[in-house]
Amino acid sequence: MTTIALRQARLPFWLGVAGAVIGWLIAWFVAAPLAAWFAFDLLGLEPGTHIGEAVAFFLYDVPKVLLLLLGIVTVVTLIRGFFPPEKVRGALVGRGELAGTVGAASLGIVTPFCSCSAVPLFIGFVEAGVPLGVTFAFLISSPMVNEVALVLLWGLFGPGIALVYMVAGLTVAIAGGILIGKLHMERYVEDYVWALQGTGGASIEMKLTPEDRVRDAWTYTRDLVRRILPYILVGIGIGAFIHGFVPTELVVAIGGPGNPLAVPFVVMLAIPLYSNAAGTIPIVQALLGKGMAVGTTLAFMMAMTAISLPEFIILKKVIKTPLLAVFGTIVTIGILMIGYLFNFLIYAP
Amino acid sequence: MHTIEVLGSGCANCKRLEANAREAVAVVGIEAEIIKVTDYGEITARGIMSTPGLVIDGKVVSYGRVPSAGDIAQWLTEAPVALS
Repeated sequence: MTTIALRQARLPFWLGVAGAVIGWLIAWFVAAPLAAWFAFDLLGLEPGTHIGEAVAFFLYDVPKVLLLLLGIVTVVTLIRGFFPPEKVRGALVGRGELAGTVGAASLGIVTPFCSCSAVPLFIGFVEAGVPLGVTFAFLISSPMVNEVALVLLWGLFGPGIALVYMVAGLTVAIAGGILIGKLHMERYVEDYVWALQGTGGASIEMKLTPEDRVRDAWTYTRDLVRRILPYILVGIGIGAFIHGFVPTELVVAIGGPGNPLAVPFVVMLAIPLYSNAAGTIPIVQALLGKGMAVGTTLAFMMAMTAISLPEFIILKKVIKTPLLAVFGTIVTIGILMIGYLFNFLIYAP
Repeated sequence: MHTIEVLGSGCANCKRLEANAREAVAVVGIEAEIIKVTDYGEITARGIMSTPGLVIDGKVVSYGRVPSAGDIAQWLTEAPVALS
């Protein structure tokens, strides 16, 4: 009896998944023509005018960004579910310093991490014997290569910039991890952390069915999109205004490759915008279209997700100020260097 | 008497997990004590790094996700009854 009941419950679930995928694809292909029709035919706005372009940008970007978030974040979350920190730690224990650092930085991309888990994650790594440098490589890379930012960059600018963003983040994480390892800052970890007795890195098994995994990924994505939706709408609104009304010359003068102070300026601007990264991407997209430099754009995106004051405050519970300062400095300098490097590579005469 | 421990620092997901656990206990209709574990040392001592974690009668059954009340109810009925 039970097995029959379970089988019956299963089929509609996967039918629902298939239906959602088909619905997503249809929406993706009709969004652009529908937005153009709505703005130019139904509202009667003229293409090429300020207001026409702004409205068309808004109407097209809302479904596009939402579809990208819903679709790809679900897929990314599904993949990340296979790399929980509990498993990643097992893979990092007992590796050499260099291999461990590179591995930790790479796994930082796929391993789910939220700042509320920063402390147990840090303790868990350290008590299992993962070296401090390797732990920090993970702590830098995990928020720096933000999956939502990665997905939106890919969808809005193409795979090139998305890949550059990922490689740049990895490089900073690896370099930062090696540097913290070399500085031997173990004494700046709170003493009680060393005294804790853990499981020594043994991983615990959790049985999940494919259905559980899909359901988890969807729940996570739905909650995320619901939480950031207001920011996204405001962001797209500002982006639409910039796209339609702000003159290119103004953007180039402030954010273009000719202004050497643009990179530190956007990094400072990004610090209070933490957690609203998804909402600011449409703004960034509009600014890039108006001539903001690519390196400056990258620095802005990375600073938004990686320089997180709430996370620093939480980490204060396990590490002392000098180590926290080194961590913050490495992340900030890394981001500044990436900004200047890409501006130089792309725009140097 | 079962012991259900919810491991986490008090974030939104931990509260949802606790609510699901209470619902599961009510649905199954068994006696269970729900304990919130917020101390990081105790959390990591169970081998858990991604919160929230759920421990039933001393055994880790889930971490880094919020299982539904239905899932928890199933685990509760599977868990061996503690002799006391």
